[in-house]
Amino acid sequence: MSNQINPIVVAASELHDKLAALKAEGYDLLECLTGCDWGEEGLGVVYSLTKASTTFEMTHIKCVAEKREQNGETIYTLPTACDLWAIANIYEREVYDFYGIIFLGHPDMRRLFLREDWVGFPFRKDDKPEEKNAEIPATNEEISDTRHCYTLDEQGNVVKTDSPVFADDAYVVNIGPQHPSTHGVLHLRTAIEGEIVKQIDPHLGYIHRGIEKISESLTYPQTLALTDRMDYLGAMQTRHALCMCIEQAMGIEVSDRVKVIRTIMDELQRIDSHCLFFSCLCQDLGATTAFIYGFRDREEILKIFEKTTGGRLIINYNMIGGVAHDLHEDFVKDVKHFINETMPKGLKVYHSIFTGNVIFRNRSIGVGPLTKEQVISYGCTGGTGRAAGWKCDLRKHRPYAAYDQVKFNEISYESGDSMDRYMVRLKEIEESCEIIRQLIDNIPEGDIQVKMKPIVKVPEGTYYSAVEGSRGILGVYLESKGDKSPYRLHYRSTGLPLVAALDEACRDYMLADLITIGGTMDYIIPDIDR
Amino acid sequence: MNEHIFDFSVVWHWLDELMLSVMPEWLTLTIECVLVALGIITLYAIFAMIMIYLERKVCAFMQCRLGPDRVGPWGLIQVICDVLKMLTKEIVSLRKTDRLLHGLAPFLVITASMLTFSCLPWNKGAQILDFNVGVFFFLAAGSIGVVGILLAGWSANNKYSMIGAMRAGAQIISYELSIGMVMLTMICLAGTMSFSEICQQQADGGWFIFRGHILSVIAFVIYLIAGNAECNRGPFDLPESESELTAGYHTEYSGMDFGYYYLAEYMNLFICAGIASTIFLGGWAPFVIPGLDGFNEIMAMIPGCIWFLGKVFFVIMLLLWERWTFPRLRIDQILTLEWKYLVPMTMVLLVLMALCVSFGLTF
Amino acid sequence: MENQSYFGGLVSGVKSLCTGLGVTMKELFTKKVTERYPENRKTNVIPERFRGTLVMHHNEKNEHKCIGCGICAMQCPNGSINVVTEMVETEDGKKKKQLVRYEYDHGCCMYCMLCTRACPQDAIDFAPEYECSVFDRKALVKTLNLPGSKCAEKPKPARPAAPAKPAAPKTAPAAEADPAAEAAAPAAAPAADDKLAKLQAAYEKAKANAAAAKVAADEAAAAAAAAPEDEALKAAAEEAAAKAAKLATVAENFAKKLA
Repeated sequence: MSNQINPIVVAASELHDKLAALKAEGYDLLECLTGCDWGEEGLGVVYSLTKASTTFEMTHIKCVAEKREQNGETIYTLPTACDLWAIANIYEREVYDFYGIIFLGHPDMRRLFLREDWVGFPFRKDDKPEEKNAEIPATNEEISDTRHCYTLDEQGNVVKTDSPVFADDAYVVNIGPQHPSTHGVLHLRTAIEGEIVKQIDPHLGYIHRGIEKISESLTYPQTLALTDRMDYLGAMQTRHALCMCIEQAMGIEVSDRVKVIRTIMDELQRIDSHCLFFSCLCQDLGATTAFIYGFRDREEILKIFEKTTGGRLIINYNMIGGVAHDLHEDFVKDVKHFINETMPKGLKVYHSIFTGNVIFRNRSIGVGPLTKEQVISYGCTGGTGRAAGWKCDLRKHRPYAAYDQVKFNEISYESGDSMDRYMVRLKEIEESCEIIRQLIDNIPEGDIQVKMKPIVKVPEGTYYSAVEGSRGILGVYLESKGDKSPYRLHYRSTGLPLVAALDEACRDYMLADLITIGGTMDYIIPDIDR
Repeated sequence: MNEHIFDFSVVWHWLDELMLSVMPEWLTLTIECVLVALGIITLYAIFAMIMIYLERKVCAFMQCRLGPDRVGPWGLIQVICDVLKMLTKEIVSLRKTDRLLHGLAPFLVITASMLTFSCLPWNKGAQILDFNVGVFFFLAAGSIGVVGILLAGWSANNKYSMIGAMRAGAQIISYELSIGMVMLTMICLAGTMSFSEICQQQADGGWFIFRGHILSVIAFVIYLIAGNAECNRGPFDLPESESELTAGYHTEYSGMDFGYYYLAEYMNLFICAGIASTIFLGGWAPFVIPGLDGFNEIMAMIPGCIWFLGKVFFVIMLLLWERWTFPRLRIDQILTLEWKYLVPMTMVLLVLMALCVSFGLTF
Repeated sequence: MENQSYFGGLVSGVKSLCTGLGVTMKELFTKKVTERYPENRKTNVIPERFRGTLVMHHNEKNEHKCIGCGICAMQCPNGSINVVTEMVETEDGKKKKQLVRYEYDHGCCMYCMLCTRACPQDAIDFAPEYECSVFDRKALVKTLNLPGSKCAEKPKPARPAAPAKPAAPKTAPAAEADPAAEAAAPAAAPAADDKLAKLQAAYEKAKANAAAAKVAADEAAAAAAAAPEDEALKAAAEEAAAKAAKLATVAENFAKKLA
């Protein structure tokens, strides 16, 4: 099975019409948007679209940005897709931030991750960030309060119009970056009226490490080392996605044993993540005791991980062509104990102390609902999407590893409120246990590692693979020129769409609901700030 | 049977006369005042430490942890170390705060807390403040605390503090209503507003929680809920709600200024439990069963202050239990709980209790 | 909010609260999960695969397996390994690369296992050590080979390959010159004084030999890195290495003759 993609090349002038036509055709999810610098060919963007309501078929559109000379400056422009997909807003900002491509008609063309005073666009191959930003600023970052919108006037010149982010009389509270309940260093500038949230402006990049940029100068095995550090609660899955992408690109077929091991590990990781989700939600809502109960159960998974892989959080288990270690001799016994004893007991405790609690029910039912249309438009996959009735589980729709061998239910709810988002995850723990139960006794024999050449080189081409991470579709876009390092490596982060949808979900709810909604969205910051 | 209970007022009178015999009246009064003040402060500090230790241990055990156990045996010295640390920490003053109000606020809170603390009947005749309108004084003095919290929120020039203070204002003032109503219900039963009288009645005729049928039990539960809300403790800890407002109204305080809030929070819990045990569980009155004279005599041998503290810690355990179980409410839910459930219920309770008392249906 | 009657809501709400209270009351008496570190130091079991720090195993004769090839340092994404080697002459007059210092900066290691997996000799490994804190960052830079230790001698069949092994690290972008060329250069230098033409020829020859050796060495390193436990590949690697060694010797001899 090859994961090579051959994007349809579209001229910038026809891009918007083409995207609109594809959307009308049923490609209603903008799964991934990747900026790229193709050198001679110029800067551009690859749109990865998915038929989200039907077959999960994908198509890719490549478009090279138009180069314009204006006032002695070279600017690159593309038409915006914000009117077609809500998530395009934040994706295009990311591309603007890294490549300096201006999206015409985009309402809010600010930098997304980098500081406002950053000079240059670091992902351009000819950019020299070290020279342009020789001194690391020691001053506090002034966050821009101005939105920029670029449009074309009659003469075809790009003109810029500014508007304020917040109204003059807005009462803006900074939730974060250091805040107990933003699950990391997320900075939400929140305009409130009394207790009511009126607008949220997420300010990202506080811990951005430029993993994608660093990866361009690392060898393929070295890039693997960074994936565990993105979504630390989906370390197995992220690394699985990257390994799978590289393996399929190189035409390597891993053994069935590896596939099953990876599936089991992914599911353990998912349970781990959902346990932590439960714990942190309890903590956010002030039920500190339930927090510990979740962690007590999670500890068992970590111990299982530690025995087999040698790591608890930074696991380093999947390798190109296999896994790092064979399963520990206690693995089967421990996992069985966990799925048959610990977790069912744990779930019972969770439900009686928290799920049924009248305070929690009142705080979550009907709070921050997202409709199916909204979650697709925002690309909120995972539990958040399924809570709104969008069946978006890649394990079902684009099976990989050993997921085609197992039977499980795709949990989905209808109303998409905080309660449903919470329930999806607790139910998914049961389903994950079920998947593991089906596999744990039938782990096939086989090699755990395909023999690899000492230097891994991916044949020239563009590749895209995706897995169902702990909190949604986790995609890896890889462009190779046949070298030992990737030419461009882009991750479809699972958290970014969730944060993008926060504004929509929280508006007109209370400040306390922001915490509930944020908690049930279940985003992980290092995954956003890759 | 209450002749067994030792009356502490004998001691005070003896002391008073002894001092009067050697020094003028004004000096006696001054010395007595100082002694009483020292007594209050010492007791206050000691009980605060016990409370902090208790809370940390109980919550740890509920969370299948061990709690503090590094400093001293079973971590007993932990709290003392914490206090010493707090005392030595720098008090940060911020540029744009209202210095005067910012400095004043913690004292208002601690004053309110100490005044109400003085109302507790520790034993027969061992009560620092005892008016004939003691309950009324208690409610009035307790209300000063909210002023301190509002001032803290306003003067800090911090949005978190401000929101926290606003929440505290709305919450505390609302819940004072149901506390007042519940107390009124019990006063109805007691026929007096003096705490010493209330205790004496219960020592004579049995605890109010038994005498007032089911009505008293409901009133007791409502008092616990409202009292907990009044203390800003979970699940009613919205004014400081850590996960929303980081620390709410005391975000900008450090060192001992913060320590005062910390102390006051724990002591308010103690006071809440103390008042609950006074008006429902008989204060220092021993547990008696009419008719069983032998049993009653043994009960009465136990000193009153032990009875009182035992009851207080029982109530505190109840409060800790629920504090570490429930998630936090939202501001609208807190107000709904008060205005939609508690206030109507206390009103009905008051009417029913009045009827019971007037028809002589109580025990 | 669920649609419930006033009293229905009240009753179900109170019931749910009591359920929660029941759970916490029960937990008050369950087994506590706190790990009492450091009291449990003796009983604390750390899985043997846990990656705490990088170690180099030494046998009872104070010998390690490191041949100083530097593949680990090349693989490390953070540059936390620095392999210092020197050239020594063995008894039979052959040049051999030898490990001087194996420096490991624990402070910037990210435990990715690329070094241990790449090591052709299985000389380094991760140890489940977990008490690694120190007061000074400099203390985190450790030398892994013990003082006075040396590389374990290979068993008989590996003997001919031994002098050639140092050619293996040439895949590394290290600035060192090829051993063959290195050997040829000082020998050729005095020759330059009298016979320019002869020097030219010697130089050409040495250069060609060096290139050949390098190609062979590349192959050897590649094969060895790919599958350290595979016998067939190992044999091939050794063969290639032997060939490289032979060429190097030829170059050396030529240079000697010239001198």
